[in-house]
Amino acid sequence: MAGFKSTDKYIASRDLEVAVNAAVTLQRPLLVKGEPGTGKTVLAHEVAQSLGMPLIEWHIKSTTKAQQGLYEYDAVSRLRDGQLGDERVRDIGNYIVKGKLWEAFESEQQVLVLIDEIDKADIEFPNDLLLELDRMQFFVYETRKTIAARFRPIVIITSNNEKELPDAFLRRCFFHYIRFPDRETMEMIVQTHYPDIRKDLAREALNVFFQVREVPGLKKKPATSELLDWLKLLMVEDLPVEALRANEKHVVIPPLHGALLKNEQDVHLFERLAFLARRGG
Amino acid sequence: MFSHLILGLRSAGLPSSITEYLTLMGAMKAGVADYSVEDFYYLARATLVKDERHLDKFDRVFGACFKGLEAPEGVKVQELPEEWLRKLAEKMLSPEEMAKIEAMGGFDALMKRLQELLAEQKSRHQGGSKWIGTAGTSPFGAYGANPEGVRIGQDKSRNRTAVKVWDKREFKDLDDTVELGTRGMKLALRRLRRFARQGAATELDLPDTIRSTAKNAGSLDLKMVPERHNTVKVLMLFDIGGSMDDHVKLTEELFSAVRTEFKHLEYYYFHNCPYERVWKNNRRRHEEVIPTWQVLRTYGPDYKLIIVGDGAMSPYEITMAGGSVEHWNEEAGTVWLDRLKGHYRRAAWLNPTPKQSWGHVRSINMLNDLMEGRMFPLTVNGIDDMTRELSR
Repeated sequence: MAGFKSTDKYIASRDLEVAVNAAVTLQRPLLVKGEPGTGKTVLAHEVAQSLGMPLIEWHIKSTTKAQQGLYEYDAVSRLRDGQLGDERVRDIGNYIVKGKLWEAFESEQQVLVLIDEIDKADIEFPNDLLLELDRMQFFVYETRKTIAARFRPIVIITSNNEKELPDAFLRRCFFHYIRFPDRETMEMIVQTHYPDIRKDLAREALNVFFQVREVPGLKKKPATSELLDWLKLLMVEDLPVEALRANEKHVVIPPLHGALLKNEQDVHLFERLAFLARRGG
Repeated sequence: MFSHLILGLRSAGLPSSITEYLTLMGAMKAGVADYSVEDFYYLARATLVKDERHLDKFDRVFGACFKGLEAPEGVKVQELPEEWLRKLAEKMLSPEEMAKIEAMGGFDALMKRLQELLAEQKSRHQGGSKWIGTAGTSPFGAYGANPEGVRIGQDKSRNRTAVKVWDKREFKDLDDTVELGTRGMKLALRRLRRFARQGAATELDLPDTIRSTAKNAGSLDLKMVPERHNTVKVLMLFDIGGSMDDHVKLTEELFSAVRTEFKHLEYYYFHNCPYERVWKNNRRRHEEVIPTWQVLRTYGPDYKLIIVGDGAMSPYEITMAGGSVEHWNEEAGTVWLDRLKGHYRRAAWLNPTPKQSWGHVRSINMLNDLMEGRMFPLTVNGIDDMTRELSR
């Protein structure tokens, strides 16, 4: 089987490659955690592309139930049809709505299932999927049929750590924690996304970016996705490099900071620091 | 074959299980690690660790296991994973080197020789087991030490980077047993939020549905109600003054950040041990005191009581009437603590001093006994345990 490697659009560290390949080879779910904006969701897209599989995305919300991933029985519309005397009402199968996992199990080829932000759901959610993800099959109570996967899908699960996941669930997964990339990796990431960016601009922008991340007390540190947005803006605006250069190591508000700082407290913090720097210098 | 690794992990407190160990073996068999030490480290990490809080511990145990530095179960040099070595060697060896080995009497002879050397080295270097450790478990090191000059680990940098990866201990600040840092704060907040929130987002309002369906002459009309909002009420008592001030500030910020999540959050201050009076404004602590009785009357038993204090004081302050350092207290601290505990069924004590040092302070032990063991350190883990205890 072809292994997963960094692509021309996505830089994966060696440990991530190993984790993905282990999950693909042993056909077990891969749980990916990490700071927001470090490319957890993008990873699934890239893996799907590099293995040439269709991707089925299941985005989890706080109201999502495990059952919805399998199927839902729409009792309300059946009841309504019953009242109206519709013929469809005789077959319960007409009111079974297939979920994402059913879709994946039924697929004619191996697919990749992304269960995005599993921690958003209720605390019992992962437990309710244990058997389904283990055996890759489930039982439809209403029609008394067992749906089994034709090809075991590869499952990638992302979590933002808002809730602790149950041990029994974790035991069945491979786990990878995406660390925030260091400068070297970040340069590579920038390079892959914007191959024609001016060298000096990229360098100064990264300086500013890592400086911003180090400011204590930031509510939301900018991450990779913010950096990429910001660089794009900088390139579009075609700013001179001097605008980025911090004079005498004082903190300045970076130009177009709206892409980096995502809440007003952080912007205020920066304005205050810049003010102090001006006064002090 | 790597059972000392998993045993080491388990004795270090990681919840790695047999299933995961077998998964690791399966993955090794399937050739995921590709016989490279670094990949093996990554694979073992992805298989055996399921929480970033444990990554640092894993790195330490892995380092210990594969270096021989005070390995938990005492890594036996004689028990080299031979198969692994052999396969690795086959991969790394050039044909000339293979020939050399053949000249020495084949692979088995080499292995035997190596083991003899290792054993010899061990008896000479008691204590300083680094050489053996490296050699014993890391195949590159093993060969590097071979005096015959079969330099199999020629590209040693690979080995060294691999060692460095886990020796860097990059996940140190993800460990949840250290005191709260900025990131720790965030996690603790999440725990507290989880403590406060309950119930699903919407639920079917059955009586209303029936009523309005009946009104609709039998055609269905569903009625939903928003979730039952959280009912958690918290009363906090802070020990203030002296060494506690920083901790109090931290804890206060922590709880006020989630105050919107609680139905009620009330706080009062005391000094060292709660007695018959508490106060709300620390600057005017002598003018504006509130009798503790009033607090007990105002906030019913449905409140959860959290006392924050380092609990370091003279035992007299707890056990004796008049023991307080600030004023004459008619009744001893134990009486008041028992009263609080009797009134609030759910009570806990958060202690910002590290748990390891509790044993040395007599008053902390006394308080912990008084709280029936419900004293928790002010760490993410401690808060977690506390919320679990309180919401039971």
